[in-house]
Amino acid sequence: MELMTPPLIVKQPKPIEKETADCHKPHIEVENLNLYIQNNHILKNINMAIPDKSITCIIGPSGCGKTTLLRTFNRLHDDSVDVKITGKLFVDCEDIYAKDTEVTHIRKKMGLLAQRPCSLPMSIIDNVVYGPRIHGVRGKRKLYEIARHQLHAVGLWDEVKDRLKSPASKLSIGQQQRLCLARGLAVEPEIILGDEATSALDPISSKTIEELFLSLKDKYTIVLVTHTLRQAKRIADYVAFMYLGELIEFGTADQVFNHPKHKLTKEYISGGFS
Amino acid sequence: MLKGRLLKDKIARHYMLFATVVSIFVLFLIGGGLLYKSLPIMEEKSLWTLLTTSNWRPFKGDFGFASYILSTLFVTGIAIVIALPLSLLTSIYIIEYASPRILRAFSSVVDLLSGIPPVIYGVWGTLTIVPFISEKLAPHFVEFSTGYSVLAGGIVLAIMIIPLIISILMEVFGAVPKEMREASMSLGATKWQTVKKVVVRKSIPGIVAATVLAISRAFGETIAVLMVCGNFTDLPKSIFDACYPIPALIANNYGEMMSVPQYESALMFAAFLLFFIIVVFNVISRLVLIQIDKRYQL
Repeated sequence: MELMTPPLIVKQPKPIEKETADCHKPHIEVENLNLYIQNNHILKNINMAIPDKSITCIIGPSGCGKTTLLRTFNRLHDDSVDVKITGKLFVDCEDIYAKDTEVTHIRKKMGLLAQRPCSLPMSIIDNVVYGPRIHGVRGKRKLYEIARHQLHAVGLWDEVKDRLKSPASKLSIGQQQRLCLARGLAVEPEIILGDEATSALDPISSKTIEELFLSLKDKYTIVLVTHTLRQAKRIADYVAFMYLGELIEFGTADQVFNHPKHKLTKEYISGGFS
Repeated sequence: MLKGRLLKDKIARHYMLFATVVSIFVLFLIGGGLLYKSLPIMEEKSLWTLLTTSNWRPFKGDFGFASYILSTLFVTGIAIVIALPLSLLTSIYIIEYASPRILRAFSSVVDLLSGIPPVIYGVWGTLTIVPFISEKLAPHFVEFSTGYSVLAGGIVLAIMIIPLIISILMEVFGAVPKEMREASMSLGATKWQTVKKVVVRKSIPGIVAATVLAISRAFGETIAVLMVCGNFTDLPKSIFDACYPIPALIANNYGEMMSVPQYESALMFAAFLLFFIIVVFNVISRLVLIQIDKRYQL
């Protein structure tokens, strides 16, 4: 009974139509989010709603808080003691920063692609099935099927099918990034977060990853932090422009790139500063 | 101008090479010296007799090292069995769970602990561990124990090597990239799952290396062990019996019995034995590390 009551209390102040009508639209909703690191105000009053089954690119100059914002989505700041966060962040209408929210199921909903691919210290196949194993999937056959399916999905199967048992660190960096994507997909997430996921890769590998994102957006909500405007132009459905910790503009790619409302956005897009 | 710089470069390189060669050469010098000095006893008795018998009557010409070798192995084994799990859990806690403040405080405590002279551990062991074993622990298991025993030696030794292992393991765990932990966490792993399956796994070579270093140190530790293990030449039948490890044998007798030439040679043989055990142990562990690296490419 104890477990049942708190969510009700949390949700009561929210209007009921929020859950029924609004809920299906924005997959991730940020409300008055502020983040401080050692009293430095890093993210300033961010409000945004990220629609599902689309690619949203967060752009902006270095140090504007893009990565920090992305990391708040799956609570990766939890372990940093000097980070303080206020405000609300809803994923599927659940406030992930509410006191009683359990973090692992939030993270399970999101696959994270880091700037540099980070394979775990184990074999290729063990990397892919790491997530499912953690969440209790057992049985060799089943795990093998998961690995095969996800490696297929990222176009890596033919390259690695003969050496599934060899260490993942032996793969090239582009292959490792695809492996990381497969590993993220294996926990059946709803959202894929990419933190400049192609910046460490060669042009061909990054093209492969971009194409993967495009093919995955029917099923997943994809949020990417990117440094390269051209990449954003190529793949984004929605664009968020950030500057010095503030969200300056958020809109469809067409709107932000072709008819920017804000002066700063205009300047940034035309290469005025970087 | 250029010539002068190049000359300095050359001199520096050669000087460093010289320093390197000298320090490595010392190892062979020690090994060779010990071997040479222990030749007389090895000519007199077969190696087999020396290693497998435990009669020790220097004046009658009986030199059996079995009980010393076994004592050394027992004491070291107990020390590692106690120290390793404790140090592992401690260093995991400090690196993965503790706040930065605890981390800082604890690092200095660990450094302090490893700086305490062994003789202090020895005295402390005599005052606390020995009576504890003889009065509280041993009566449950055996009829009589003075407390000066294999177990006392093992415990004191464990307490001595714990700071050493912890400080190495803290380095090892700290060297695991943060991104790797995040990769695991972002898949929904709990902290404990991340530690177990990623951090510790990634650190296996480092854990092996730390253990090897600790064991090597434990093999050779003399004074603290000598003070609590009873120094009685017999094959220990239980961990509550007194024992007599090799370093204690050498330290207690060297310099006293120089009038008996065989005796001196026997002690030299003991020293060589210790040296040999440590070298072989280190070589084996190096091979194990290479195998681990080959298999997993961590």
